[in-house]
Amino acid sequence: MTTPGDVGSLLDLRAVTKSFLGVRVLDRVDLDVAPGEVHAVVGENGAGKSTLMKIISGGYAPDEGTVVFAGEARRFRGPRDAGRAGIGIIHQELALLPDRTVAENIHLGHEPVRRGLVDRREMRARTSALFASMGAGPVPADALVGDLGVAQRQLVEIAKALALDARLLIMDEPTAALADHEAELLHALVRRLRSQGIGLLYVSHRLAEVFALSDRITVLKDGRRVTTVPTAQTTTNQLVRHMVGRDLSGYYPGRADPGDLGPVRLTVQGGGNAKLRGIDLRLRAGEVVGVGGLQGSGRSALARALFGVTPFTSGVVELENRPIRVASPRAAMRAGIAYVSEDRKGEGITARQSVLDNALLAGRALGGAWTGRAARVTRMRGLLDAVDVRSAGTDQEIRFLSGGNQQKVVLARWLALGPRVILFDEPTRGIDVGAKAAVYDVVRRLARDGAAVLMISSDLPELLGMSDRIIVMREGRIAGQVPAGASEADVVALAMGAVAAT
Amino acid sequence: MQDTLPRRALPVRAGGPLPILAILGVLLVLVAIRQPDFLAPASLMSFLGRSAPIILLAAGQYFVIVSGEFDLSVGSLVTAEVVIAARLIDGDPDRTWPVMALVLVSAAFVGLVNGLITSWLRVPSFITTLGMLLILVGAVYLWSDGSPKGELSEQFRRFGRRAVEDVPVLGRVPYALLIVLLLAVLATVLMRSDFGRILVAVGDNPRAAELSGVRVGRTRTIAFVLSGCAAGVAAILLGGYSGVSFQAGSGLEFSAITAVVLGGVALGGGRGSVAGAMLGALTLELLFALMNFFGVSGTVRPAVQGAIILLAVAVSAARSPSR
Repeated sequence: MTTPGDVGSLLDLRAVTKSFLGVRVLDRVDLDVAPGEVHAVVGENGAGKSTLMKIISGGYAPDEGTVVFAGEARRFRGPRDAGRAGIGIIHQELALLPDRTVAENIHLGHEPVRRGLVDRREMRARTSALFASMGAGPVPADALVGDLGVAQRQLVEIAKALALDARLLIMDEPTAALADHEAELLHALVRRLRSQGIGLLYVSHRLAEVFALSDRITVLKDGRRVTTVPTAQTTTNQLVRHMVGRDLSGYYPGRADPGDLGPVRLTVQGGGNAKLRGIDLRLRAGEVVGVGGLQGSGRSALARALFGVTPFTSGVVELENRPIRVASPRAAMRAGIAYVSEDRKGEGITARQSVLDNALLAGRALGGAWTGRAARVTRMRGLLDAVDVRSAGTDQEIRFLSGGNQQKVVLARWLALGPRVILFDEPTRGIDVGAKAAVYDVVRRLARDGAAVLMISSDLPELLGMSDRIIVMREGRIAGQVPAGASEADVVALAMGAVAAT
Repeated sequence: MQDTLPRRALPVRAGGPLPILAILGVLLVLVAIRQPDFLAPASLMSFLGRSAPIILLAAGQYFVIVSGEFDLSVGSLVTAEVVIAARLIDGDPDRTWPVMALVLVSAAFVGLVNGLITSWLRVPSFITTLGMLLILVGAVYLWSDGSPKGELSEQFRRFGRRAVEDVPVLGRVPYALLIVLLLAVLATVLMRSDFGRILVAVGDNPRAAELSGVRVGRTRTIAFVLSGCAAGVAAILLGGYSGVSFQAGSGLEFSAITAVVLGGVALGGGRGSVAGAMLGALTLELLFALMNFFGVSGTVRPAVQGAIILLAVAVSAARSPSR
């Protein structure tokens, strides 16, 4: 067993700490990887896994703590620097150039040169040799990367890292986008690389493959390392408990009584599109329905389908028992559906416009140009007060507000429309505790006023604290439903498919 | 909570017209020192009348730029309209009004085509309007066999060259100036309306606008139509003032873009006022007048415009937070 500081370790992180905008996302994390070891890193969304991987691969510099690689304290200036040192990373979103060939991608930045020109023949030969050493199926060196499937692109990424003599490979959810048989091939490759003495850091949400592949497992939670255990000495249930074990905080507003629930607002039958399959859903007035699941499980895709961003291509959607076709956000809004995106900066606010302009955006987009303008502005000022937006005045540009206050402005935008169905995607992401409580109050008040609320959240205590019931998604389907009062482990088990796996 | 909010040292609203007013003031002082009689009512009025077309084009360009696009076609659109109007009127005063209406409608139509191609075929507006520029130039040459035909009627030309005479203090007030003032008021009112606020929001973050129910393509298309209309009016004024030639509008698209940028409007959209853009055009014209007084050749104009654009973009890039 290797312990931190062992002479044998390939990578040794000590007390690595990283904050973004004052929020500590990694708190004194220790981690080590031995040559020829597969070290799995697991944790909920937002536990700090991706940040940790980026620090190891040079994407971020740690605020505090040390990174020792191959016996030498390192401070990488960027991913290229880390790559040259022998650390390769295979990202969730593959970072290849689609219009270049496989060989060109693999040798990008270190092309073999002969007489001042790129030696294409040598490049092809090296590429073939690389794939042969990986024991992977043949990937044509001259194919354009854009023409390859996800699994083959991943092989190219791995080959690209190996071309730089990587001694440590980081794989960040490599099988998230793969079919089962492709994942099997990847697992075989991982084992082969391990036998060649390469150290692997393997981030995954799929507990089954973590148990099948890894030698040790590190659990991260809220930016801290909970534990590092040899895989053979733990179980799925123990891991899940480590990942979620937290106390419920008491600041969630009261749930709906069964008697408070009104008529069915929205139903979906057999809804499907490129990311979703067989969605059956029924939202009643007055209830907050939580949506759990992992990133990429289809949670956001569900909200975006209902709001017409990427509409359902099959199935039937009914609003108050009338079939509706939601082909665009505008159509959804006309039907009485509202949507608060998880990406506040990219899809929520218009950063350089005033608080008031941001709050009025949806009303202006829908409303007649001249009717009741003054009344609308007066009403909006009242709403902004009601949701307690703290700003230096409604003329202030919204980008100067805190994330929480920006979110309140977005809420006011939708409240003004009096939606009958409202979809929240991670409504409290990146906002402070005080603003969270305000958001919870708004969510609950909307339900009490007769709206049907769908709320996606990766924050399990929040999901459990706010929801009247929770549907859990996995791989584009609704994997199941748990009632109010369920435990975090129930949700995680459904989300990860651990029930089926164990 | 007030104390925790970021405060800025100066009450200058980014994108507001204060900086351009300051620059304009400095230039006026320099002019007053170098060529005091330029500021006499007669020459000042004449200068403002001369600057009217570029001010209008800057306003038109503003709508497009603030929504996140470009319109490179306006210069050649002006040329095309002037040449077409001359050939259709052919000196016949009776054809003045119908042809004038045709000029405005066809200019709006060109803007509509620019907008539809950009919004629905998703061609970058830089390319769309560059193509339109070339098409208009080529079509006009083709249609007039290489040299402009016909002539404008006096009734047509009066908007660009006549003035209200004998106004107390001011003397001659050009019609062009009155037209610009009227349209400036309309443009300002438009930008304060819901449409105006939506237009800026589209330029700031089209994705967020769309997810708030804004018809982004339609909004941008209207901006292109407004830019086309501005080019139509500018063509009427320019044709009247300087007559018919293939050079009537050449290079005006770049002057307009320079003026807009100088007026504090962000390239890429989302920030700046239409008043700033129009003041930017006035400042640009005053700058060239001043350079003239200092004996600098007018041929450096493109280089100066290029430098202004680069400088303005560099300044705004340095000031905005990295993202």
